[in-house]
Amino acid sequence: MTGKEKTILDLRDVWKIYEMGDVKVPALSGLNLAVKKGEFLSIMGPSGSGKSTAMNMIGCLDVPTKGKIFLEGHDISTMSESDLAQIRGKKIGFIFQQFNLINTLTAMENVMLPMIFQGVPKNERVEKARKLLEMVDLGDRMHHKPTELSGGQQQRVAIARSLCNDPEVILADEPTGNLDSKTGGTVMDFLRKLHEKEGKTIIMVTHDANVAKNADRTEFLRDGKIIKSMRKTAA
Amino acid sequence: MKYDYLIIAVRSLAKRKTRTYLTMIGIFIGIASVIALIGLGEGLRVAITSQFGFMGTDVLSVQAAGVSGAGMPGTGAITPLTKDLAEKIDRIGGVEVAFNRYMSTTTLEFNDKQKIEFVISMPEGSTRNIVERMVNLKASQGRLLTDADHKKVILGDNYAQDSSFGTTFGRPLRAGDKILLNGMSFEVAGILEKKGSFIFDDAIWMNEDEMLEYMGVDEDNVNIIAIKVTDIAYMDSVKEDIEKLLRKERGVDEGEEDFSVETPQSMLDSLNSTLYAIQLFVTIIAVISLVVGGIGIMNTMYTAVMERTKEIGIMKSLGAKNSTIFTLFFIESGLLGMVGGIIGIILGLLFAYGAAWAGRLILGADLIQASVSPGLVLGALTFSFVLGTVCGVLPAYQASLLNPVDSLRKAK
Repeated sequence: MTGKEKTILDLRDVWKIYEMGDVKVPALSGLNLAVKKGEFLSIMGPSGSGKSTAMNMIGCLDVPTKGKIFLEGHDISTMSESDLAQIRGKKIGFIFQQFNLINTLTAMENVMLPMIFQGVPKNERVEKARKLLEMVDLGDRMHHKPTELSGGQQQRVAIARSLCNDPEVILADEPTGNLDSKTGGTVMDFLRKLHEKEGKTIIMVTHDANVAKNADRTEFLRDGKIIKSMRKTAA
Repeated sequence: MKYDYLIIAVRSLAKRKTRTYLTMIGIFIGIASVIALIGLGEGLRVAITSQFGFMGTDVLSVQAAGVSGAGMPGTGAITPLTKDLAEKIDRIGGVEVAFNRYMSTTTLEFNDKQKIEFVISMPEGSTRNIVERMVNLKASQGRLLTDADHKKVILGDNYAQDSSFGTTFGRPLRAGDKILLNGMSFEVAGILEKKGSFIFDDAIWMNEDEMLEYMGVDEDNVNIIAIKVTDIAYMDSVKEDIEKLLRKERGVDEGEEDFSVETPQSMLDSLNSTLYAIQLFVTIIAVISLVVGGIGIMNTMYTAVMERTKEIGIMKSLGAKNSTIFTLFFIESGLLGMVGGIIGIILGLLFAYGAAWAGRLILGADLIQASVSPGLVLGALTFSFVLGTVCGVLPAYQASLLNPVDSLRKAK
C-alpha cells in the first residue's frame, strides 16, 4: 500500500527541558522519530527515560522547548493550547494506563464526549458511540457507569472513545499496565485488530517487552534519546 | 452543544449532592428572606392603606404633638386639644363638619371574666349621621346608637365571634347582653358588621356624653379632632386655615407647632416611608446573606476545580478547549445560583403566604397579608443566577488554564 509510506508524525531534534529551581533537567535530549501512516510502533524504556514526556509531545499535550514536531506536515511545536486541543480532539485518540473515564458519565456518554467537543450532532454521536461499543463487545454495557465496569471493560470503553473522531493516530500509554495478563491480552487483541483491519496508526508506550512485541517496530528510549530500534521480522 | 454541557454540569452536581445542597442553602436562605419579607411588607402596606380607606379621603385629623408611646393617639400630649377647638374649626370655610373624638381604655367584664378593651366616642346630633356615613357603620345585630340611648354601647364584629371574644369569655356577645365597663353595667345595643380592621372590629362605641361621664375622660383632652371638608379640592386650603387657627389659639409660631394636621395623603406618605425604610433594611440584610452565599458558591467551585483537576486533564486530552472547560464550570456555578434561587423563591412564597394565613387565623383580621409581585420573583431569580455565575467566573477561569499534562498526572 502506498499510504503506508507516508510519514504522519515527525519529531526532529526535540528537546524538553524542565527547570527545577536553578537546575535544568532535560527529559528529552534531541529525540528524532518518524512514524509512517498505518504503522504500529511501540516505545520502550525504563522509568525516567523520557517515555512520558515523549508521549506528551506526540499527543500534542505539551510543546517542546526546542525542536519541531510535524503532524501530517503541520508544525505543532509553536501552537497555542486551544489549537492543540482542537488537533488532539480530531487527530489523536488517547488510551491511558488508568483508563481515565469520567466517572459521572455512562460508557455511552464517555464515548460521546470527544464528539461533543467537536460539535458532532447528537443523533450522529449516539449512532457512532453505539457502533464503537458494540465493536469492543460492550453492547450490553452502554448505560453503565465506569464504576460498574471491570478494568478490562473500562479499557475497552476507552478504546471505543479513542476511535470516535476517527483519529489519525492512536496513542496508548501502558494500555495493559493496570490489567491482568488475560484481560491485557484481550485489550491488545483489539489494538492489533485496529491496526490490521482498520489500518490505524498506533503508537504505544510500554515497559513490558511482551506487550511491545505486538508492534511492527520498537524504539528503545534512554536519557531522552532513541538508543536502539528493532523491527519485527515477518513471521 | 450547550445543552450537552448542561447535562455534564448537572451530573457533576448530582454526584456531590450534600455539598451541592449545602452550597445552595446559602443562596436560598437569602432569596427566601427577600421574597418573604418584601412580600409581607408589601402586603402590610396594602392592608394598612386599605384601612385608611375606611376613614374616607375627604377627612382631615388634628392631633396634639407629644410623647405618644403605645397608648391612644394624643394621650401623651403635652398641651392637649381642648373641647372648644372643634367648634372653631367648624366655622372655617370649606369645612362641612368638625368633631371631637375621644378614645379610652376600659375593663370589660362578662361571665366573671375581664379584659382590657378600648372605647371610641360617638358624637351626638346631626354629626352622628355624618360619622355613621363616613365610616359606613351598619349593624349586623340589633341597631346603632341614638341620642336617647342611656348606658348602651355598640360593639365591633370580633366580640360576636367564637374565635376571639367567645374564646376568652365563654361565648360570643349578642345584642341585648349586659356587660360591665369599668364596673358599670351597659347594654349591648348592636353588633357592627365586620370591617376587616381591628381598629373597628375590636372597638366599643359609646355616646360622647356618656363617655365623658362614665369613662373618666377629660373633655378638654381630645384625642383627635376629625374634620370633613365639603369638597376634596379644599383639602389643602382647609389644612392651612386649621394650622393658622391652631397656631393662634395655642400661641405657637410657625415651624414650632405642637400639633399636627394630617390629611389621608400625608398619613399614607409617612406610613409608606416607614415601610420603605423597613424594607430597605431587610433588603440590605438579605443582600449581605446573599453575598455570603455567593462566597459559598465560589468556595465550592474552587474545591470542585481542585478535586476534578484530573477530569479537566482528561477532557483536555480529548479535545476540550480552554473555553469549553470554562463553560462547563461556569454553567455549574450558574446552576447552583439559579436552583438555589428557585428553592428560595418557593420557600419565601410559602413563608409569606403561610404567615398571612396564620395571621388571619390568630388575629382574625387581614392585617398580615402577603403580596409578592412577579417582578420581585423574576428579580430574585435573575439575581441568584447572576450571583452564581459571577462567583463562578474566577474558579472556572482557573480551571480553564490548567495544563493538561500536569492535570493528567494528578493521581486521583
